[in-house]
Amino acid sequence: MAAPFDTPELGNVDERRIPALKPGAMAESKPYVAAAAHQEPLGFPGVLEDGWEAKAIGHMGELLSKYRSLQVFMDICVKCGACTDKCHYFLGTADPKNMPVARQDLFRSVYRRYFTPMGKIAPSLVGARDLTKDVLDEWYNYFHQCSQCRRCSVFCPYGIDTAEISMAARDIMDRIGQGQKYCNEIIGKVHKIGNNLGLPAPALLDTLEGLEEDIEADTGVAVKLPVDVQGAEVLLVTPSADFFAEPHILGLIGYAKVFHAAGVSWTLSTKASEAGNFGMFIGNYEQMRKISLRIREAAQELGVKRIIFGECGHAWRVAYSFLNTLAGPWDFLDPRYPVPQHILEFTNDLISRKGIKLDKSGNDGMVLTVHDSCNVARGARMGDKPGGQFTIPRAVIQASVPKFVDMHPDTICEKTFCCGGGGGLLTDELIELRVKGSAPRMEALKDVVEREGVTHMAAMCAICKAQFTKILPYFGHDREMVVSVHQLVSNAIVLGDND
Amino acid sequence: MTGKGVVVSILFAIIFYAAALILVVGLGVKIAQYARTPAPLKIPTTPAPLTKGGVAFRLAREAVVFESLFKGNKPLWIFAILFHFGLAVVLIRHGRYIQGEIGPLVALVQPLAIPAGLAMLVGLLCLLGRRLVIERIRYITGPSDILMLALLLGITVTGMFMTKHIHTDVVMVKAFFTGLLSFQLRPLPDDPLLMAHLLLVAALMIVFPFSKLLHAPGLFFSPTRNQTDTPREHRHLCDWAARLEGKGN
Repeated sequence: MAAPFDTPELGNVDERRIPALKPGAMAESKPYVAAAAHQEPLGFPGVLEDGWEAKAIGHMGELLSKYRSLQVFMDICVKCGACTDKCHYFLGTADPKNMPVARQDLFRSVYRRYFTPMGKIAPSLVGARDLTKDVLDEWYNYFHQCSQCRRCSVFCPYGIDTAEISMAARDIMDRIGQGQKYCNEIIGKVHKIGNNLGLPAPALLDTLEGLEEDIEADTGVAVKLPVDVQGAEVLLVTPSADFFAEPHILGLIGYAKVFHAAGVSWTLSTKASEAGNFGMFIGNYEQMRKISLRIREAAQELGVKRIIFGECGHAWRVAYSFLNTLAGPWDFLDPRYPVPQHILEFTNDLISRKGIKLDKSGNDGMVLTVHDSCNVARGARMGDKPGGQFTIPRAVIQASVPKFVDMHPDTICEKTFCCGGGGGLLTDELIELRVKGSAPRMEALKDVVEREGVTHMAAMCAICKAQFTKILPYFGHDREMVVSVHQLVSNAIVLGDND
Repeated sequence: MTGKGVVVSILFAIIFYAAALILVVGLGVKIAQYARTPAPLKIPTTPAPLTKGGVAFRLAREAVVFESLFKGNKPLWIFAILFHFGLAVVLIRHGRYIQGEIGPLVALVQPLAIPAGLAMLVGLLCLLGRRLVIERIRYITGPSDILMLALLLGITVTGMFMTKHIHTDVVMVKAFFTGLLSFQLRPLPDDPLLMAHLLLVAALMIVFPFSKLLHAPGLFFSPTRNQTDTPREHRHLCDWAARLEGKGN
C-alpha cells in the first residue's frame, strides 16, 4: 500500500528550481510484481527461478546484439550530467537515482562488469557491479520510475535515450520472471479480449449505442458510432479508455461528429478495440508486433481504405514510428493517405479545407492551454513537416476555442514534461511517484492559470487524461480541468451541413 | 646516440607502435560492432530531419557546436567548447611533427597554439571543478571520470610547459615521429618533460577504445540522432525482424 506522502510545493516556473539530492527518497517505490497468471500467458516464467542471473546476462547480451541503441548508449555516456535536472521524476522526488544518467548506470554498471574489459579487470574503477538480487530489486524499482518520455534524450549531447535502457531492463526482468503486474496483465487482456480494459465486444456495442442516443438527445443529429462495418472507408483505432472514461469519451464523441460532418464512412473494430500497445512499455518486440498485427488483420477483414488513430500518446508513437515496421507493408490501403493517420491530422485537414465548420462560442468562457504528450512530442510526428505534432494540435484547439495560451517554453513542444503517469506507471500503487512526477507540469500550469486565467488544459493522450484527472485535485484544481482536444472540437463543431 | 638514448628511443618507438595499433584496431572493432548491430525501429528524437542531408546537418551541428548540450546546460557547453575547440587546434598543430612539409592548415593555426592550450586547460579545470563542486555531478562521477580528466590535464600541462617555458628540441621530435612513420629509428631528445607528455598521450591512445572516449565515434551511430523521420514513407525492417515474418507468426 502507498504510504501517506506530501504533495510537492510548486515553485516559480521561471526559476527552474533543481532540488538538493535526497538519496533513497524513492527507494521503496515499486509497482506490484506480476503473478504467474500474468507472466505465463506472455511466455514469461511465472516466478524468479534459480539461475536467473546467468539468464539475465544472457538476455542482456542478446539485446546488445539486436539493438544498436542499447549497445551504443552503454558505451558512450561521458557522465557530463546535462540530463541530471531534466527528468520530471527527479525534479519531483529529488531521488538521485531518478537522474537519467544514474538510472542508466543501474544497467550500465552490470553491462560493464560482464561485457567490457575494463569492468572485468577493474570493476571499482569504472563502477562495474555484479548482478545480485539487490541490484535486481533496484532495477525493478527504478526502471519503473521512468515513463520512457525521452525528455533526457533531447538534452543529451549524444542523444542517449533512457527509455531504450528502461525498455531493455524491463524486458530482461520479464524473461527471468520478475515482470510488472500492471503491464503484463493488460497485455494479456488485449490478446484475450481485444483491449486494455478487458471490455468485451457486447459491452462495447452496448456502450456505443448508449452514446449514440446521448448525442442525438444532445444535438438532435443522428451521429453514429459504427462498429465492425464492412467496407467502411476508415478504420478508427482508439485507446479503449475512450469508450468509458472522462474526458476521453467526450473526445470519442468529437471524432464521431467530425466523421459525420465530413461525410466520411468509418468504423471501429471489436478485434482492434485498442490503440495502446503496452508491448513498447515492456520493451518486447514480439509482443509489440503481435499487438500491432491485430490492427492489420482488422483492416484486412473489414476492407477499409485508411487507418486513423485516436488521441493517445504512446499509441501514436508505436503507430507513427513503428507500425509500418511491425505490421506493414500497407499496400492494400489507399496510397493517397499516410498509414496510419492521426485523428488530429484528419480534423486539421478538414478545418483548413473548410470541410467542417467550427463555432468557437461552443467553448465560451474557456481559456485553454495544451499539454504536449511526451511520446507524441518526441517520438512521433503529425503532418508533413517536422514539428507538425506541435502546430497541428494547436491549430485545431485555436480553431475551436476563444482563447488559447501556451505554457512556459521550457515545458512545451520538444521540451514538454511527461504527465507523470506514462510508460506503464498508471497504476494506483505508484500514486506517490505519479503525483510527485507531475509537479513540473503542475508548476507550469499554475503559472498560466495565475497569469492568463487558463481554465482548462487540453491533452491528446489517454494516459495523460487519466493521470491528470487523478492528480489535478492534489494540486487544488478541479479534475475536469483536463479536456480532450476533440472534446473542444465536439463543443464547437456545426453539425447538419451535409444533410 | 648514447646507449641510454638508443634504449629510450627504442622503448618509445615500441610504445607508440603498440598504442597506435591498439587505438586503430580497438576503434575499428567498436565501430564495426556499432555498424553491424541492427537498429530495428525508427527512434529519432523528434522533431527530426526528413532527409539524409538533414540528418547529416543535424549530426554536424551536434559534432561541431554541440547543439543538444547547448539546449541542456549553458555553462557546461562553454567548458566543453573551450576544451574541444582548444584540443582541435592543438591536434592540428601537432601535424607539424608528422608532416615533412608543414601543410597550410597547420601553418594557419600556428599562432593559436598558446590560446588553444589555455582554452584546453581552462576547459578541463572547469570540467573537473564542476565534478567536485556540483552535488548532482559529484553523485554521478566515478574514479574513472576523474582519472580521465587528470590524464588530459597531464597532457595539456606538460605540453604547454614545453611550448612556453622549457623548450624541447622539436626538430628531433619531428625526426623521431616522421621516422616512425617510415619505420626508421631516430633519437628522441633526452627530456623528462617530453617523455612524460608522450607516455600520457600513449596512455590516452590505449584507453580510448575501452572508455567513454568512444563518445566521439559513437555520436554518429546514435539512432536518436542519425535516423531520418520517415517511418510512414519507407518501411524500415532489420534482418532479425524480417526473419520473424518468415516464421509466419
